[in-house]
Amino acid sequence: MKKLSLILFFTIQLSSFSQEYFPTNIDIKSELKTYILIENATVIVSPGEIIKDGSILVKDGKIVEIGSDFSVPNNTVKYDMSGLYVYPSFVDVSSSFGTKNPSNTSRSRSTEYKSSRQGYYWNDHILSDYNTIDDFNYDEKKSKELREFGFGVVNIHRKDGVHRGTGALVALDDKSNNSFRILNPTSTESFSFNRSLQFNQAYPSSIMGAMALLRQFYHDLKWYEDGGSTSTDMAIEAAIKNYSLPKIFSAGDKLNVIRALKISDQLGFKSIVEGSGYEYENIEDLKNYDNTIVVPINYPKAFDLTDVHIVEKLTLQQLKRWNQAPSNLVQLSNNNINFAISPKNVKNSSEFFNNIRKSISYGLDSDEALAALTITPAKSINMEGKIGVIKQGAYANFLVTSGPIFEKETIIFENWVMGNKHTVKNVPKNSIDGDYVFSDNGSKYELVVKNSQGKINVSLKKDSIKLNVKSVVKNGWLNMSIVDKENELYGFISSTINTNGLGSISFTDFEGIKKNILLKKSGENTEPVKKIKKHDQYELIPVSYPNKAYGFKSKPKKQNVLFKNATVWTGESDGILENTDVLVSDGKIKSFGKNLSFSNVKVIDATNKHLTAGIIDEHSHIAASSINEGGQNSSAEVSIEDVVDHEDINIYRNLSGGVTTIQILHGSANPIGGQSAIIKLKWGEKNDEMIFKDAPKFIKFALGENVKQSNWGSYNRYPQSRMGVEQVFVDHFQRASEYDKEWKKYNKLSKREKNKTIAPRFDIEMEVIAEILNKERHISCHSYVQSEINMLMKVAEKFGFTVSTFTHILEGYKVASLMKRHGVGGAAFSDWWGYKFEVNDAIPYNGPIMTKAGVLVAYNSDDAEMSRRLNQEAAKAVKYGNLSEEEAWKYVTLNPAKLLKIDDKVGSIKVGKHADLVLWDKNPLSVYANAEKTMIEGVFYYEKDNIDAQLKSMQEEKNLILSMMIEAKKRGEETVEPVLEEKRIYECETVETIL
Amino acid sequence: MRKIKYLIICFFIFANCWSQKQIPGDDQNKTILLYNAKIITGVGTVVEDGFFGFSNGKIDHLSISKPEKKYDLEIDLKGQHIYPGFIALNSTLGLVEISAVRASDDQREIGTFNPNIRSIIAYNAESRIVETMRLNGVLIGQITPRGGVISGSSSVVQFDAWNWEDATIKYDEGMHVNWPNPYNRPSRWSSGSRTVTSSKNYLDEVNNLKNIFNKALSYNSDFSKKLDLKLESMKNLFNGLQTLYLHAKDQRQIIDGVSFFKSLGIDKIVVIGGDEAHQIIEFLKNNNVSVIASHPHRLPSREDSDVKEAFKLAKTLVSNGINLSIDVRGGMERPNTRNLPFFAGSFVGNGLDYDAAIKALTINPAKILGIDKDYGSLEVGKSATFFVSKGDALDMKTNILYHAFIDGRELELSNHQTKLRDKFLEKVSRNN
Repeated sequence: MKKLSLILFFTIQLSSFSQEYFPTNIDIKSELKTYILIENATVIVSPGEIIKDGSILVKDGKIVEIGSDFSVPNNTVKYDMSGLYVYPSFVDVSSSFGTKNPSNTSRSRSTEYKSSRQGYYWNDHILSDYNTIDDFNYDEKKSKELREFGFGVVNIHRKDGVHRGTGALVALDDKSNNSFRILNPTSTESFSFNRSLQFNQAYPSSIMGAMALLRQFYHDLKWYEDGGSTSTDMAIEAAIKNYSLPKIFSAGDKLNVIRALKISDQLGFKSIVEGSGYEYENIEDLKNYDNTIVVPINYPKAFDLTDVHIVEKLTLQQLKRWNQAPSNLVQLSNNNINFAISPKNVKNSSEFFNNIRKSISYGLDSDEALAALTITPAKSINMEGKIGVIKQGAYANFLVTSGPIFEKETIIFENWVMGNKHTVKNVPKNSIDGDYVFSDNGSKYELVVKNSQGKINVSLKKDSIKLNVKSVVKNGWLNMSIVDKENELYGFISSTINTNGLGSISFTDFEGIKKNILLKKSGENTEPVKKIKKHDQYELIPVSYPNKAYGFKSKPKKQNVLFKNATVWTGESDGILENTDVLVSDGKIKSFGKNLSFSNVKVIDATNKHLTAGIIDEHSHIAASSINEGGQNSSAEVSIEDVVDHEDINIYRNLSGGVTTIQILHGSANPIGGQSAIIKLKWGEKNDEMIFKDAPKFIKFALGENVKQSNWGSYNRYPQSRMGVEQVFVDHFQRASEYDKEWKKYNKLSKREKNKTIAPRFDIEMEVIAEILNKERHISCHSYVQSEINMLMKVAEKFGFTVSTFTHILEGYKVASLMKRHGVGGAAFSDWWGYKFEVNDAIPYNGPIMTKAGVLVAYNSDDAEMSRRLNQEAAKAVKYGNLSEEEAWKYVTLNPAKLLKIDDKVGSIKVGKHADLVLWDKNPLSVYANAEKTMIEGVFYYEKDNIDAQLKSMQEEKNLILSMMIEAKKRGEETVEPVLEEKRIYECETVETIL
Repeated sequence: MRKIKYLIICFFIFANCWSQKQIPGDDQNKTILLYNAKIITGVGTVVEDGFFGFSNGKIDHLSISKPEKKYDLEIDLKGQHIYPGFIALNSTLGLVEISAVRASDDQREIGTFNPNIRSIIAYNAESRIVETMRLNGVLIGQITPRGGVISGSSSVVQFDAWNWEDATIKYDEGMHVNWPNPYNRPSRWSSGSRTVTSSKNYLDEVNNLKNIFNKALSYNSDFSKKLDLKLESMKNLFNGLQTLYLHAKDQRQIIDGVSFFKSLGIDKIVVIGGDEAHQIIEFLKNNNVSVIASHPHRLPSREDSDVKEAFKLAKTLVSNGINLSIDVRGGMERPNTRNLPFFAGSFVGNGLDYDAAIKALTINPAKILGIDKDYGSLEVGKSATFFVSKGDALDMKTNILYHAFIDGRELELSNHQTKLRDKFLEKVSRNN
């Protein structure tokens, strides 16, 4: 008893830390330095490494010795931890603990294009000079919460900006002060794809803009470091100073995770990336990287299924994620991906441990779970051996628990941080479970204590009659109040707690007489603590490709196929061939002719059916997470390839309309847009595999109302007139050409001369525009009225290149001969007009008139809906322009292939070209025609006959998961109101913000 | 060769090639007989190689046999097709010229309840967009105001007129109600998506709507009242002179709306949109409600939906006995209204019976609009409002018009667009 209070005293003394070299004026200087010994514990040094009966010697917040047998200095305070477990405290590397979130600045009416800081980088969203520690405010409420989760050290970052500056490493030690608990004031650097809330500068407005900005920043950093700049930039200087710090990327959704990995790789950083929790959905992509992913475990909760109108509209993806997300960690582990566990968005510690247990029940090894909370995060920020481990030299951060940490009944009693004890749960550490007897006044009392380390359960009998007892543990004593109903009497018992049970008791009997009685333990509990029945695990629904509606159960395979007896629209000089067979082998068109026969091929009877090349859409905005970077009037540095969304359902919908290849163009928010992505609609394949291999490079330009911002708010971005649009082009081409010259000159220098010369600034935007000048990149230009079309051709001619395509080209018919002379093609709408002023003179005869004048013409969609029926749009060239069916069909196949300069690979049925084929039930130009099968490179990605079966199987999966959710509710699991998720359909004019 | 074909088209459409606007056709002063054509009557019958005569704006002969009477003009159509003029429902043609130019937009008034608003007085009979309709066979339209919960009343016009008065076939034939949305769909997107929830205001909004209808009902049965423009304008709903158009996509909207209006004794109820109508077939049948179905050129409602969902709606409705017409509302709806025949064609491509598709463009809308006595089908005694197409008018490849008539008046088929075509074809032919 005395010993106990003595220890208490010491702890209090130890907690009033002060720095050695600080003067003291409120007391005398007393610096008592003692050792602390944790003894007799089961010590989990690190995952899988256990010392039974282990001891840990601590001094000055660090572990000085660990083992089962070592000599202990005299000035040591000992803690007996018999029967208890000691684990390293957890580490979270992506915390916002104690950081100050900036408030949202009021938005001014007009958009801001300039940066608002002086002496820093040109973009306000690069806050590399910011140090989280400067605004750090130790939050005791939050630290207590985190210690309950088991965390001892957190790496913190303010979540604001694209470049977020430095973070700090902080120990959650309430009992010292910042001088001790800040382990590293500048521990890491952090990035995101989100703008700063504090600044209104318009750029970047998109994810791809944020990516380009980061790339440019690091190019600029190098150039600055080499002495290229004549001015001072404190943002760059800070980033130079912090260059070698570990990097952390706040990504967002699962596609952004891959983007974060990719861009980190490009920048030469092995960033730690904050995951989405759905890593299992694109694990193949992740396998290419060995970065550490910090994964949240706030698994989706089951939906409350009472609102039937919402429930029936829930998507398969939403439902599947509830079912599958708990398997995320085991999938990461099975695929050898480094991961750490983040407590982000988890409500409380019981949910936190519940969800870890859930992961374990899905197959995760508990040592791996522990590693993901300790050594993995520690290693990721170069703190291996210092945190997340119980080891000599490490910080004395450890948890004291009643048993193996992830077991349901286990209690965390204490979370020691920096050698200071923090109580987590104020219950007896030692089990006092047992049956105790004592006698008083001729009566025999039987006291039964159960589950003393959890919620204490006490029952008391007086001469075999049960009494009504209320109990509570307070200040190390078990206090009980007793009601003897029969005699209408009250009494009180208070008992000390010893290491092996209850000690003597003070008994205030029913007459109010105080007594001290010795307790006698009559035996251990006969009934063991009831184990809570482990829930049957729900059946895990397999991941499909993609893991949502219309996903393939297994990826479709390349097939060798013989289409028999089709009407074949070759698109070549062979024209339309009746009763013809086409052989597909190894993804290519192998041969075609009459009555072909081969063995080992799948034969498809195409009698009365039409076989064509797949449709190519020159102008699409589907399958992208971002479409416009309108934050500047030129955004040549951004690329749609960075933001391809390979799981957009519109890909599948396009396949149902016979589309196989699309160009995803940047939008039309600015005269010089971004680089485009040409993709094949290989539904279910990985992101990278959709990119059209060996396709030439394109960029979107735009003219007219959109770039002048005529139809939306901004009045202060140059240009506001078509006159200004020309000047933007001339200015950029002029500068790019000078830029190019400067680099070429530099590149010609000998190695020795190069060493003496500072390299020119590398400017991604100028690089891309210079590619145009060097004919390595082609322009697809959004265009409306004849004046501006003519203008761009003249600008191009002045700079010695040819515009490749005018897209939209609504007044192309007015300048067709000029286009022909320039050598530019037109990708038009068939019949759109009347939606804005500049389309007043758009006519449905446009395409055919251009064709007549010798211009290469294609019809495109610019629309997720219309793209599914480009065959019908092509037919309008027959109606309005009296084109032959054969020529009209080329408007959506061979001609767009030529415009995209991929006609050597796709666009027609020609031996050696890609087997991108569509089988139609009727003449494909007929309004009644439907695509029956759509093949890309020998793989059937869409088959109309499968739709009903797919829908049925989707419904069955949904029903299965819904029944599991009903079961979950019955089991008392928490449920949430369901919401429907809708994805935005992007158009040319969609202006986004990434807040 | 191609040039010659262009010339042929030009020849058929040549009248007043360089006028600024189409000039409305003159009253029929010669009797005309068209023969050797395939006549699609609009009431489910087809007359092959038929004789089609009309005089004084009315059809006076339609049969496979030659009439005894001699006509002033007798024209051999050699396998061409004759169709009744197609009817566009729920259209804002003539109310907006250029969507992005606010000054040209007259389709909606501010406020929630605008029963007193009349679309017809804003209808621009000279709209350049209207001009382009007739070249695809769309000759009649229901001009409908938008916005609010009660948008106002629509009128029926024909597309060859000097002014709105001249254009009108029927005034204020319907009142348009946009039933409140049971879902809350935020207009802001966050990182490319948004969440939709059940609306918390649905009942309140419905009750407000019910309130004004209940008020109107009591107002219109009281004769000693002070004039209230809004309530007064609703009186024809209660005496059966006006149709109630219920704009509703969701099944709850349809059921709640139809049930309420029926309870007020309103019998003429037509659902516009009806994306989920196929889920409540029995209800619609029991209540004898026609559906003006959303056109098929729209995306499936959810990512899990049948990829062909929008294309299949019409077939499901018709095969279950629902009276079908087609809604032209949607993206770029005014310019796209000329694609109305192809909306029907797309439905046919996905299972709808061809006759049913034709009816959905002709007699069904005429009946809904209450103009079927004169319009909506080719029958002796009815108005000679029809067009002549090279072939099947529901298919783009063959929807090539040679003639069109409204009330026997031959229409000029040239328009702003054909004039530009001709001008620049001339430029191409001069090789400059």
